[in-house]
Amino acid sequence: MYTPEMFDSIKKVEATRPARLSAEVGRLGAAEKDQLLAKYHPDYRKDAFSTIEVGPNKGERAPHELVAILQARSRVSGVSINADANPDVDVDVLIIGGGGSGAAAAIEAKKNGADVLIVTKLRMGDANTMMAEGGIQAADKANDSPVIHYLDAYGGGHFKAQPDLLRKLVMDAPLAIQWLEGLGVLFDKDKDGTMITTHGGGTSRKRMHAAADYSGMEIMRTLRDEAYNMGVPVMDFTAAIELLLDENGAAGGAVLQNMETGERLTARAKTVIIATGGAGRMHYQGFPTSNHYGATADGLVLGYRAGAKLLYQYTLQYHPTGVAYPPQVYGALVTEKVRSLGAQLVNVDGVAYLNPLETRDVSAAGVIRECAIGKGVPIPGGTSGIWLDSPMIDELLGKGAIEKRIPSMLRMLGKYGIDIREVPILIYPTLHYQNGGLRINVTCESPDVSNLFVAGEAVGGIHGENRLMGNSLLDIIVFGRTAGKNASEKAKGLPIPTGLNLKHVDRFMKEAEAAGVKSQTVSPMLLPDYTRHAAGS
Amino acid sequence: MSEKDNSSVRVFLFGKRYDVPAGLTIMAAMEYSGYRLVRGCGCRNGFCGACATIYRVHGDRELRACLACQKTVEDGMYVATLPFFPLVKEIYDMEQVRPADQVMMSLYPEIYKCVGCNACTKACSQELRVMQYIAYAQRGEYERCAEESFDCVMCGICSARCPAGISHPQVAMLARRLTGKYIRPRSQHLKDRVDALLRGAFDAEMDAMMNLPLEEIKTLYNGREIEK
Repeated sequence: MYTPEMFDSIKKVEATRPARLSAEVGRLGAAEKDQLLAKYHPDYRKDAFSTIEVGPNKGERAPHELVAILQARSRVSGVSINADANPDVDVDVLIIGGGGSGAAAAIEAKKNGADVLIVTKLRMGDANTMMAEGGIQAADKANDSPVIHYLDAYGGGHFKAQPDLLRKLVMDAPLAIQWLEGLGVLFDKDKDGTMITTHGGGTSRKRMHAAADYSGMEIMRTLRDEAYNMGVPVMDFTAAIELLLDENGAAGGAVLQNMETGERLTARAKTVIIATGGAGRMHYQGFPTSNHYGATADGLVLGYRAGAKLLYQYTLQYHPTGVAYPPQVYGALVTEKVRSLGAQLVNVDGVAYLNPLETRDVSAAGVIRECAIGKGVPIPGGTSGIWLDSPMIDELLGKGAIEKRIPSMLRMLGKYGIDIREVPILIYPTLHYQNGGLRINVTCESPDVSNLFVAGEAVGGIHGENRLMGNSLLDIIVFGRTAGKNASEKAKGLPIPTGLNLKHVDRFMKEAEAAGVKSQTVSPMLLPDYTRHAAGS
Repeated sequence: MSEKDNSSVRVFLFGKRYDVPAGLTIMAAMEYSGYRLVRGCGCRNGFCGACATIYRVHGDRELRACLACQKTVEDGMYVATLPFFPLVKEIYDMEQVRPADQVMMSLYPEIYKCVGCNACTKACSQELRVMQYIAYAQRGEYERCAEESFDCVMCGICSARCPAGISHPQVAMLARRLTGKYIRPRSQHLKDRVDALLRGAFDAEMDAMMNLPLEEIKTLYNGREIEK
């Protein structure tokens, strides 16, 4: 429950609410947005970044924490691997990661006749996909078109998206929704089948499709069920800790590690798909995260050491509305759908200081600014947050709207005595999405490493430097399926790889040594350490 | 964590006592006590069902269940996690099954052995009316089963408590997929748009947009009309 000080501020929020219900807060112009971002967005904090000294992106900048794991020691340095004779796993397509993109890839690869295996370091479906709440974009209504979707996403990403990837994302979007509908995903619909769609930050048309505020969970559990029905084998609690390359330098498998017993296995595959997801658990700049326990950028490390280039590794998405209070759910996601449905961002004085549907980077910078200039709501411990005025939703849409449209939010905060129908939600930005990642071409293959495919959040370039709400669930379906189709198709024409080796890792480590990098850590991280006795906590 | 409620509580993790600060979730209390979790930890936000947990508070006769990431520790709480439960997941082809009465009888016949004890509902970490949704499934009312079960995170606590051996989350999964695929009407505007895309109806306009100079794209972006 909130503190007395918070309730004092809530009185001000309630006092201004009737007037705010009918008045729209104006949007910022392009120059105003640029200024706000430059001054307050975490991506623009120079002291939070360092220069990469080894590998394909040498000389570019990345967050300190990412540089550290890219340049850390391998978990298998100096170990000789003989994967040619008797690999423990021998498949056509090896998929690393059991989230939305991995599952979508597996379904398509299996459908295409491939012998496929998913390895995942936790359980199948333990992924950021499961936690996506708000929805999935697709331009499927009469007043909308993929071209408008393209413009929204391109501008929202600061005009930095790779045009061919973004084109594929928006042009395939309605097909992705139809595919999911055909698998039985329960989208919110009117009685006649019309999709109930809303805005997301930065959209110019209402194209956000949802399944209440369990959109990602509904999609993930359906994909998982379908993968099981198709007989896709899953090796769970097994991490990939290094890629294996063949004698020609093409991807040909991976070294695996049982997360519980530590046992090492070798996997041989004609093609490999990295579908390892995001990086919220890296806690860049000390931010809390809305991400899954396993979001530790493993795939970036694996791909990078094998020679795959990163794109936009210096941009992260800080979701403007993470829970700031109570501490039990600190950093948890408060879906953007709360704003889509009409809730405003309101400061300690009850002032709605920014249009609630600016893009996420602008909104996050706005929250950080209000708190920095003393307009935040004080939180015990010395921090502050901003109100997300959820009671506006029932006022605007009628009683029962909150219960029907955002039940998980109602439940999550209700457990701590906060009824979001009655009182607003206290929020602060939370680390949410890895905008950057491994570079791919439009077939999902790495242009740098043959037979290596990447899909989902591990990819960089689809969204540019900022992603719009609802384009990530979309991206895992569109590019997950694409990766599965192309990796399985390419595998058909490939011989069994030979000469599998870890020479690229040895080379990378030598290069690091020559650059004077002295790292005491090993990577990939696999899981964060939150024990009280953990170093640094 | 506020300073003033920083008192400690006794929790018994798998029977062993640890003193932890009040206000922690069970998951945070385990980590505070030194457990580095691999099993029983997933999204840490109540969506994935990885951290199903049963507990009893000293003096309370009732055995309760929760998600470890969502439940705050109480003094005298005995905790046992249930990171895996062997649910029965039947294999079916969504193109072949239909929302007819026979489908549950053939795939999950044990639902008809429900004894009505309601232990599943009492145990649900999401406070769903589990026995009710099973009753809907028994009667072939798949859409109502889908709606009633929609918030299920498939943690499996219900099934662990069921004397009839029902795998409730999997029954609900099938009911939801039948509802989404066969019972609820398909979206006509979606089909129309997909057809148009496959005809290449947007290709020329997209080419034109992509070929514009960046400054013109920026002007278009900044001047977009935003749907009310």
